[in-house]
Amino acid sequence: MLLPMEPVLKTKTETLDIEGMTCASCAAFVEKSLSRTPGVQRALVNYATEKATIDYLPTEATPAALRQAVVSAGYSVVERAPDTSAAERSAELDRQKALAYQQLKRRFWVATGLAIVIMPLSMLMLWPALMARVNMPVLNYALLLLTLPVLAYSGREFYVSAWNGFKHRAANMDTLIAVGTGAAFLYSLAATVVPDFFTSRGLIPEVYYDTTATIIALILLGKVLELRAKTQTSAAMRSLMGLQAKTARVVRPDGQEVDVPIEQVQLGNIVLVRPGEKVATDGIITDGQSSLDEAMLTGESLPVTKKTGDPVFGATLNKTGSFRFEVTKVGADTMLSQIVKLVEDAQGSRAPIQRLADKVSAIFVPTVVVIAILTFVLWFDLAPAETRLPLALVNFVAVLIIACPCALGLATPTAIMVSTGKGAEHGVLIRNAEALEKAYQVNTVLLDKTGTITRGEPAVTDFVAPGQDGAQLLQVVAAVERQSEHPLAEAVVRHADDQGGDKLTATDFRAVEGKGAAATVDGQAVLIGNRRLLSDEGITLSPELKVLAEQLLSQAKTVLYVAVAGQAVGLLGVADTVRDTSAAAIKKLQALGIEVVMMTGDNPQTAAQVAGQVGIIRYFAEVLPADKAGKVKELQGEGRIVAMVGDGINDAPALAQADIGLAVGSGTDVAMEAAGITLMRSDLNGVVTAIELSRQTIRTIKQNLFFAFIYNTLGIPVAAGLLYPFFGILLSPMLAAAAMALSSVSVLANSLRLRSFDNH
Amino acid sequence: MDTSQIIVTIVGLGLSAFVIWYFFFSARQTASAVSSSSGVQQVDITVKGGYSPDIIEVEKGKPVQLSFYRDEENSCSEELLLPDFSIRRDLPAFKTTLVELLPETAGTFPFTCGMGMLRGSLVVK
Repeated sequence: MLLPMEPVLKTKTETLDIEGMTCASCAAFVEKSLSRTPGVQRALVNYATEKATIDYLPTEATPAALRQAVVSAGYSVVERAPDTSAAERSAELDRQKALAYQQLKRRFWVATGLAIVIMPLSMLMLWPALMARVNMPVLNYALLLLTLPVLAYSGREFYVSAWNGFKHRAANMDTLIAVGTGAAFLYSLAATVVPDFFTSRGLIPEVYYDTTATIIALILLGKVLELRAKTQTSAAMRSLMGLQAKTARVVRPDGQEVDVPIEQVQLGNIVLVRPGEKVATDGIITDGQSSLDEAMLTGESLPVTKKTGDPVFGATLNKTGSFRFEVTKVGADTMLSQIVKLVEDAQGSRAPIQRLADKVSAIFVPTVVVIAILTFVLWFDLAPAETRLPLALVNFVAVLIIACPCALGLATPTAIMVSTGKGAEHGVLIRNAEALEKAYQVNTVLLDKTGTITRGEPAVTDFVAPGQDGAQLLQVVAAVERQSEHPLAEAVVRHADDQGGDKLTATDFRAVEGKGAAATVDGQAVLIGNRRLLSDEGITLSPELKVLAEQLLSQAKTVLYVAVAGQAVGLLGVADTVRDTSAAAIKKLQALGIEVVMMTGDNPQTAAQVAGQVGIIRYFAEVLPADKAGKVKELQGEGRIVAMVGDGINDAPALAQADIGLAVGSGTDVAMEAAGITLMRSDLNGVVTAIELSRQTIRTIKQNLFFAFIYNTLGIPVAAGLLYPFFGILLSPMLAAAAMALSSVSVLANSLRLRSFDNH
Repeated sequence: MDTSQIIVTIVGLGLSAFVIWYFFFSARQTASAVSSSSGVQQVDITVKGGYSPDIIEVEKGKPVQLSFYRDEENSCSEELLLPDFSIRRDLPAFKTTLVELLPETAGTFPFTCGMGMLRGSLVVK
């Protein structure tokens, strides 16, 4: 017998990172302080790992009290959260990013405000009359004072980051800015503090405070714009993650309905969903029916009707009816989480097209620094003695500032980010950047007929009952078939239900193995099945029915024969039907210049008929499952880049063999594993979307890379003064800064154009 | 060529040589993974203007757990990419982010920041 148990006092465990312990006795001290805290049952402090593990009663102690105990012992607790879930991490990151954006904006405005003052002051020399009245050293000191905050506050991050990078033998964009502005500033500082050093050597002690301040302001402007655009690249992902329901209405075994936070929902729970509510997690309907909007997961805009036994997915929207479902998946296993993970992984992948850019990025910054040093040396050696130092300096700074590794680094990933997110919005899941690039090159699409062009399930296409009340007979047949479990019977019932009419009941149901079924409806014996069933019962077909049957058979349809009271009275033609969207989608693919080829296990007649129906010219018939991959190879042998579209397990080898495999989402996990792209929606329009999206993405990436390479290969020599000997053109470092700020923003803006992608 | 030009030339060339050596050829910090009792190879990596250590040696066929602690706010390091393992992670500042993977083939696999400026490599032996 079970007795009501005393509620067990549950302890919680907390791990704290402790800072400041210098010896083992410190650890003992912290341990003592923690143990004395009320509610703590056990405290262990490890000096080596600097961690404290505390078991405590959550009813008596709180994590804050534990921290307080450590602090009162004279040590501090480091907030170093262990690994967190993706959602928490992204929330934390969003918070940090929002904060960083605010700070960045403030730094930008400070720099801009001061630069606006510094610029005109520096230009006083343009008015000699004015200059005569101004004390030069005083003006320089004033400019120095105004520039200092720009460096120390607005530009601080550049110097810190450059120094941190330098310690790691790494150089980044900040290195270039730090060295460039640092050089200009230090030169100006020297000219301000020890002008005599310059004048004694016949040089004018010029200052470049305006250059320093303006460069920092402009680069910060670029960063502000960049950050703003960057948050938009992952907008689709964020909205996907935001779809997750927060609570679920769980029905307890006693019938009580309780709203429960989504984290507490467990497998096997029964969840109630009312009209207009979000489905909390994945499961199977146990009771009720409704139509659901699954557009957020599949891209399918029409609501889907679901009834008992059908699967439902978290984050989809219930439209009309109420239903209950049994939870089959929670947390990371749900369809939504899988999609998010797939998209996240895809965003982390590298496109082969990027390889060159990656190689260049890796050596970019140090190379630019070397070019800048050589520029300085050449100008110093070749320019007239009186101007050589300022010219060398200005060009040195310009080279450093104009070089933009960011444009190279952003070119591909931003486009991939936007397009994988966009794909998910349309129910097209792209496994990685390579898949996207392959889809771009595709010139032949091989479709597996069953389940892609066709629905992959039988449907009644013809019903003939010469000289009978057709509607009445259909209901009689349906009454028998409703009790059968044969897939063909299901098709008949579905057809009858679609036609409407009063439902009848059948008695004495009997399934005849391999032939059909028999039952009594309205007191009459009804037979439905293949021809053997009728001939075994000694029933013959009328000549008219015989002709009709031949016709249906010649169209590669399965024929069901119906006999009532010992008389053959009607025929049903059953076939796998072509999806409504197939013909239009195939036409669109052909319009994209892609040859569409079909393969099927059916006989050549059926194959020809389906191919003709959807406008396919080339097809392979009677392909055994094991030969599917071979057919892909055959097409590849013709020099084609082949995309294979399939859904079944036996498609997996063909999907893997193809240059790019597209798995139709209604298919199996195995097929999705082998596929580069998964279509959540079971229609061929997804193939069109995938290919159009890949084409636009790769085009965008190519434009970005072209721009980034051209910008840097033209910009750096011009900044170095290559045009000076011929045209007398020198690039001011301030213009260089403006160009640099705009270049990375341009690349981002170009990638963001993909957000307007729409295949309709 | 006057004296100062000679000095500038020599110093400039020397500096260039130093930059090339320092960034491309100087020895890097290498660390081997420590296997925990459960057989997971663990490595702690600090992210601050770069990865330290930036060459990580692990054994083939055993799960690897990399703990990235991002010790800065600089936006350069906010993304971590391990393209060969199809991993992209956002690293929140001043937090540890765990990255788990199973190296199945030997080789050198780079990991970088979002723009490929900060680099490290995972050497699978």
